[in-house]
Amino acid sequence: MSKLPPYATTGQRVWYYAFRVICGLIFFFLIAPIVVVIPLSFNAQDFFTFTPEMLRLDPDGYSLKHYRDFLTSPDWQQALWNSVTIAPVATLLSVGFGTLAAIGLSQPHVPFRRAIMAILISPMIVPLIISATGMFFFYARFGLQGTYIGVVLAHAALGIPFVIITVTATLVGFDRSLTRAAANMGADPVTTFFRVQMPLILPGVISGGLFAFITSFDEVVVVLFVGSAGQKTLPWQMFLGLREQISPTILAVATILVAISIVLLTTVELLRRRSERLRGLSPG
Amino acid sequence: MSDATTDAATGGPVLAADGTPLKRSLARALRRQKWRALMLIAPLLTFILLTFILPVADMLFRSVENSIVEETLPRTVVALADWDADSGELPSEAVFAAMAADLKEAATAKTHTKVGGRLNYESPGISSLFRKTGRKAKKFDLEAGGPWKEALIDINDGWGEHENWRTILTYSSTYTAGYYLNAIDMQVGTNGAEMRPEDERIYMKLLKRTLWMSCLITFACIALGYPVAWLLANLPMRTANVLMILVLLPFWTSLLVRTSAWKILLQQQGVINDVLVWIGLVADENRLVMINNQFGTIVAMTHILLPFMILPMYSVMQTIPPTYLRAAKSLGATNWTAFWRVYFPQTIPGIGAGSILVFILAIGYYITPALVGGTKGTFISNEIARHISSSLNWGLGAALGAILLVVVLGLYWAYDKIVGIDNVKLG
Repeated sequence: MSKLPPYATTGQRVWYYAFRVICGLIFFFLIAPIVVVIPLSFNAQDFFTFTPEMLRLDPDGYSLKHYRDFLTSPDWQQALWNSVTIAPVATLLSVGFGTLAAIGLSQPHVPFRRAIMAILISPMIVPLIISATGMFFFYARFGLQGTYIGVVLAHAALGIPFVIITVTATLVGFDRSLTRAAANMGADPVTTFFRVQMPLILPGVISGGLFAFITSFDEVVVVLFVGSAGQKTLPWQMFLGLREQISPTILAVATILVAISIVLLTTVELLRRRSERLRGLSPG
Repeated sequence: MSDATTDAATGGPVLAADGTPLKRSLARALRRQKWRALMLIAPLLTFILLTFILPVADMLFRSVENSIVEETLPRTVVALADWDADSGELPSEAVFAAMAADLKEAATAKTHTKVGGRLNYESPGISSLFRKTGRKAKKFDLEAGGPWKEALIDINDGWGEHENWRTILTYSSTYTAGYYLNAIDMQVGTNGAEMRPEDERIYMKLLKRTLWMSCLITFACIALGYPVAWLLANLPMRTANVLMILVLLPFWTSLLVRTSAWKILLQQQGVINDVLVWIGLVADENRLVMINNQFGTIVAMTHILLPFMILPMYSVMQTIPPTYLRAAKSLGATNWTAFWRVYFPQTIPGIGAGSILVFILAIGYYITPALVGGTKGTFISNEIARHISSSLNWGLGAALGAILLVVVLGLYWAYDKIVGIDNVKLG
């Protein structure tokens, strides 16, 4: 596929280019909706489409108006603050519990490994609306519904599958003789863990953490049910905005979120390559 | 095998350094290893059980729980037990007297509207019967007010209707399958369970629509994902990595950002319509309606779920050596035969993994259908959310949720069998 051989027939040539065009269109479909949001967020008008001024590239057609709205509106600022305080704590919980369990799961002899794995991955599989309503009723029994702690616990549960998946994947390539060597030289299990195992699996742990972070940061269904007005997060505020009075401030927020996801994606990719280098695989 | 020979040679079992038989010593080490693994997993397992599994179980329990009638009308439930609903006669005076006593108590505690609301799900109209009677029930004089049969029917004709009493009797037990019957458009009629009238069957239609649209989305993802995965797997590593970013960026972008992007693109005054009008394909006055219908939901969800299809397909296709195709061609196969008979069968695991994943995710979607689906493009999740948060028929919401959960867990089990959960890859 990489190169067209010189002896290709006309039909093969046509197919070769047609196929690339088709793939190009699919890539366009994947990326265009995300890219379109960015210029639209600089719209000077309150429209959701390109104004004639914007198409002429007239500077008057562009402004930072919607970003100013975002930065000055108390609603949005409160939502941003809530998101920023909920996601990191939920991430810490998922990473802490998740890494320990992933190390446990990758031991050579684990009874009921399959069943345990199925339970730990289930928050990713069970439809969010079911998790959300279940947590709504159950947390209400203990007065956790509508509280900060309730939302953090719920988000931590949702983030755990991602930590388990990435950390166990990193541990697959972990050379067990290293921990034995450390023990042989007199290190106790805790020292072995922090000085030998942890540095090697750290890239996997961090990417798992980033997955858990983005899960919590983007989550809206569960927080709609488990949270109350005091825990209104950015996605919740966007959801309300899209549902009721659709305001172009959403576009500015969307652009900021796209920028955050680009940063996270880059970090995860770099970590993945580093981890593969550490494990002696060719960087993919 | 060496056990026997060494045993024979030394005349006893092999001993470990501390003098215990080696076999027992090894078994103990293995047991300790298992315990250590379990101790590492235990905190997380407890955490997940408390924050996730128990809440889901609690919700499922609500789909059969029905103690409200028994709790609010305890005397009536006991008295009604002797009544034969098929006799065609109204219950005896004792039942009416018990009902009057229960109603008086319930009206004082203001719980009569709750039980009325509960029974109203099964037999519309019964709610107003309880509400209206409840207003007068506080002043009932239980000693001198009888006979209660006439008195109650006098307050509201509803007490003279056989059907209402049958409903109360049917739903007087602590547990009920009523919500489930409701969720599959059935009801308890005079001859046991029966289908609801044609025009009241909404949930099966909704479930079928959810399944059908999830299938469409899955097929759209296969059709769009396959060529891309193939291209990525066959390009040189460096180029493939760059193109991979185009797949991973949507994967990492907030769901709401993508949904709002589609909402903006698909509107009647949106970018796509503007472009179509500008090209001249569509006249300005009849711009296409692409949002708040099934089309909008399918397009937006295909876009959102496409990376989940491409990634597993790509990881399978990467492992297929390109020499197989060349071998097939050199043996005389045409391009199509080589693809269809040699390459395609090897990619089936990837298609299977991606399809199940996309289908599982699609069937439980809530946000996107709620925002771009209008009324025709909503999923069963939206109906569950409506029952939990606005119509407050929690039991029915829970029953619908349980049905959805069974479908998803079935697919999850299939996924585990086919792919193995350990093999899920992210990014």
